[in-house]
Amino acid sequence: MLKNKKMNNIIEVKNLTKYYDGFLAVDHINFMVKKGEIFGFLGPNGAGKTTTIRILTGILKPDEGTALVSGYDVLKNPLEIKQCLGVVPEVSNAYVDLTAWENLMLMGELYGVPKKEREENAVELLKDFGLYDVRKKPVKEFSKGMKQKLLLCMALINNPEILFLDEPTSGLDVESARLIREKIRQLNRDGKTIFLTSHNMEEVNQLCHRIAIINHGKIATIDAPENLRTQSMELQYIEVLFDKPVNLEKLTEKLKMANVSPVGNKFRIYTANPHTIIENLVDFARENDLKILDLDTMMPSLEDIFIKLIKQKI
Amino acid sequence: MKSKINSIFTQLERSLAITKKNIKIYYLKGPVIIFGLIFPLFLFLAFTLGRNIPLKELLPGLVGMTTFFTATAVGPSIMSWETRSKTLERLASCPVSLWAILLGDIFSSFLFGIIISVIPLFFALLLKISFLNFIILFLGLILANFCFSALSILLSAYPPTDIPATTLMLSSLVKFPLVFISGIFIPIEKMSFFARAIASFSPLTYFTDLVRHLILGVSYYPLPLDFWMIIIFTLIFLVFAIKLHEKTFTKRIS
Repeated sequence: MLKNKKMNNIIEVKNLTKYYDGFLAVDHINFMVKKGEIFGFLGPNGAGKTTTIRILTGILKPDEGTALVSGYDVLKNPLEIKQCLGVVPEVSNAYVDLTAWENLMLMGELYGVPKKEREENAVELLKDFGLYDVRKKPVKEFSKGMKQKLLLCMALINNPEILFLDEPTSGLDVESARLIREKIRQLNRDGKTIFLTSHNMEEVNQLCHRIAIINHGKIATIDAPENLRTQSMELQYIEVLFDKPVNLEKLTEKLKMANVSPVGNKFRIYTANPHTIIENLVDFARENDLKILDLDTMMPSLEDIFIKLIKQKI
Repeated sequence: MKSKINSIFTQLERSLAITKKNIKIYYLKGPVIIFGLIFPLFLFLAFTLGRNIPLKELLPGLVGMTTFFTATAVGPSIMSWETRSKTLERLASCPVSLWAILLGDIFSSFLFGIIISVIPLFFALLLKISFLNFIILFLGLILANFCFSALSILLSAYPPTDIPATTLMLSSLVKFPLVFISGIFIPIEKMSFFARAIASFSPLTYFTDLVRHLILGVSYYPLPLDFWMIIIFTLIFLVFAIKLHEKTFTKRIS
């Protein structure tokens, strides 16, 4: 137990492995999460994200390997780990027959928060998330956005060190999603470490300091979003718009490369060397009496990198 | 050692929070009312109406059946309801051990049983029916309620379904035969040797015997044996319930 040591890594995962009825769901993964960072955990459905989260939150036991969360071992100290976490699971799962207030009080009691403190925390959180006026309503009358906000309130009632958020903005309207993203940033500024899974690449890009991509139970990559982009320069592309229709074969021949594709009324050209391509495009326009109306050099999106990585055979 | 004891008390406190939650959510659910109140009442009426038996002689059967059905009414379906509404994972992510969650479920089942099963005794007192020893009877009632509640949680462990009706149906498959072989309608001493042998494997047999002893003054087993058998069954149900739920838990949340 490293609780009293000053920790740089609040989560340390070594060779973590989990089987479900002989199926290898998580395959000897290793990664670390630094204290105070927002760590994105991405992967396609069935990649092992939820299983990893369930192990790190003390719900499931790993079959092999170790994981330390806040200095506690997931195998030996699951209750201590749970005590310093807040969790928002993917599926909305507040008690719908209880009111928002009753849900918060229940969570407070289950985390052993003293009565006065949990009432104060609940009032503050409900006001902060705009749910105070509906605190006496049963949760079954709440919209999806309100339920999601309540789940965040429930995860925060014990003022946790680490927050595990599984798809926190999934299925929400734009305004609610934006509010939750802003809250995540604020919570991180307040010093909380956030472990986030999302299918929304733009959200991950905006929020996370580092991301890990998991596929077939293995970690495909871990890095900062910007570093991942620069490591995948072959995925950058140029989009060009001419003033007149252009023959695709002719353009491909000029550019001496196969990876040219029409996208709407533009052409998209994937290249690791945009400088040469731009020179060739200018030549092509001059030779064919064309005007270039628009030309953009695009860095690969996180989504491009994600697709590339999950298609790779690990 | 001290921290271990503290930890157990902390977990017990959290069990009570789960009990409170269960009372608010599950006591008024339709299947609980049907299986816990309406069904045993009609079953009792079906077996007693038209038969010229004094009320005092009917009382042990009534107390036994009420206690058994009410104490096992809430427990079986909690886990499947929680699985279906995805609140089980919410609970599992809180710092509460599985045994404490199950104990919270047992407490809520137990309280429902106690509240309802004292009603026949209350009416018996109003009708001035005398008991050999009311305090011992009440102790037996508490113990039996806890035992049957533990049984109900054991019955909810397998299969790890998220359909409450399935759990209720399967638990009824166990509960109904127990009612018929436990001396509620036919006293144990009037049963055949084979039936008596089967009856000895039912915890309800010992509770019915205990109640018959304390109300009618007749019993098949000695009173201490009735108590000990209920305690032993309770421990067996508790251990098996925890072990089986531990085993099926992963399937429940996946």
